[in-house]
Amino acid sequence: MIAIFKKEFKSYFLSPIGYIFVGVFMALASMFFASGILFSQQADISIMFSNINVIYLFLVSLLTMRLLAEERGKKTDQLLMSAPVSITEIVLGKYLAAMAVFGITILVSFIFPAIMFIYGNPALSEVISSYIGFILLWGAFISVGIFISALTESQMIAGVLTFASLLLIYFINWFQSSVQNPVAQKVIGWFALLARYGDFQNGVLNIENIIYYLSFIFVFLFLTVSVIDKRRFS
Amino acid sequence: METVNNALEIINLSKNYGANKAVDNISFNVKHGEIMGFLGPNGAGKSTTMNIICGCISASGGTVNVCGCDVLENPKIVKSKIGYLPENPPLYFDMKVWEYLSFVYDLKKVKNNKKEHIEKIMELVKISDMKNRMIKNLSKGYKQRVGLAQALIGDPEVLILDEPTVGLDPKQIIEIRNVIKEIGKERTIILSTHILQEVSAVCDRVTIISHGKIVAQNTLKGLEEATGGKDKYILKLKGDTQKALDILSSIDEIVNINTTFINDSEAEILLERKPESDISMQLTEAFGKNGIAITEFKSALLTLEEIFIKLTNSKIYEEEKEEQEVTENDSNI
Repeated sequence: MIAIFKKEFKSYFLSPIGYIFVGVFMALASMFFASGILFSQQADISIMFSNINVIYLFLVSLLTMRLLAEERGKKTDQLLMSAPVSITEIVLGKYLAAMAVFGITILVSFIFPAIMFIYGNPALSEVISSYIGFILLWGAFISVGIFISALTESQMIAGVLTFASLLLIYFINWFQSSVQNPVAQKVIGWFALLARYGDFQNGVLNIENIIYYLSFIFVFLFLTVSVIDKRRFS
Repeated sequence: METVNNALEIINLSKNYGANKAVDNISFNVKHGEIMGFLGPNGAGKSTTMNIICGCISASGGTVNVCGCDVLENPKIVKSKIGYLPENPPLYFDMKVWEYLSFVYDLKKVKNNKKEHIEKIMELVKISDMKNRMIKNLSKGYKQRVGLAQALIGDPEVLILDEPTVGLDPKQIIEIRNVIKEIGKERTIILSTHILQEVSAVCDRVTIISHGKIVAQNTLKGLEEATGGKDKYILKLKGDTQKALDILSSIDEIVNINTTFINDSEAEILLERKPESDISMQLTEAFGKNGIAITEFKSALLTLEEIFIKLTNSKIYEEEKEEQEVTENDSNI
């Protein structure tokens, strides 16, 4: 697993993808920070985080689209499958590599609250819980991305489908209110990742929410492993 | 005792893709230290079988045992004993050769001196000069060697090479074959190919597969004898042909005479002698006395090409016949 993690993390920066992801994130986040907080003189941490969420929404599919699709497209999956590692290790290694690159941008983004602490007085608990929520929320989105990447050989298709799915999940709350059927409402509720993020932003660390995100991630990673394993039998 | 002798045992292996049987109930063994040629036309099921042995895909039925371990029960142990070079070498083009091999080393969880081990393998397949080159910039021949190096990492007991010389130029083919022969001295190798010289150049034994079924399994010599008939000879001669035929029929050891071509002064004859007898002395003596010259006298053993075509075609022919019958029946309805 460590070997796959290392290779995957490195390959983000052997190709332009890693640089584009981190670079574009920094550029956009700084721009939003300057216009939304510095210029308007508001020390409201939640404005900053919702801006960052929108940036990730557009960028995260870039991070996950190649993870498994590329291996299959270039037939390098045969190397991984014939090596003495389990599919779970392969998937986990890749997922953690994507999370690590995501983590770089999280580290970089610490600069924004730092600036706010210098010039204003935001609530520390809100900042910390927002970051925890952030990692869980996008960890869940990335698990959806890696699942979609396992479904196809084409990075392009994986990228577009992931973006569409993230967009759908992001705005799923809109549908929830207009659907009448209680069962459908409940199912939609399972995917309403963003609905639970609000608590974190308000500085509330609810164990139920944490477990929800962790199980969401678990389910999608499990599905990813199953899809790859099933393909060996078809 | 036999299980100990066999590095690889395949028993009743099948793989179905829907209604299509890619591999149909095949069984074979490979002994320790043997180089086995896995021969068959394109689409015969060679790659599928190899993928199953390596655990890349699962079989629909049957078992695969590598050094006494079942692939399904102990996949990790089996995979650590196998080095696999698939038809398309699984290379990451944006890595350097050294970087790639070092990743494979970590991936296979090999535990000995990493630097020494990788350097030894690069030396063996002669890619040491390329170790800091990007894989995407290497020629096809070097890419193939890096693929081979990858399979060798961890000193696996069994090597599975899927068409290792495909797409290489003649010089590279000879070089890769020599490398395979070199590493085959200590290891068990299964080598798939549809190039026949390759089999005669490197393999101890052949398994021929066609349409997912094994059609022959033998040593090269055994295969030639079984299909060609080792007591058959082709004789070409010049001189009084009628006289020559009389002489031939008077020799007791000759059991069968078939004339394939004849005129007044020249003839080509297919002879069959009694097993373990020798007719060459009698022939030369009798012909010499009567002024008949032997222009050619050779064993009628089939070449590997002829055997291959004979074995794989007869199968195809039978199936085509069946299909024809089916379509005829359909048209009758």
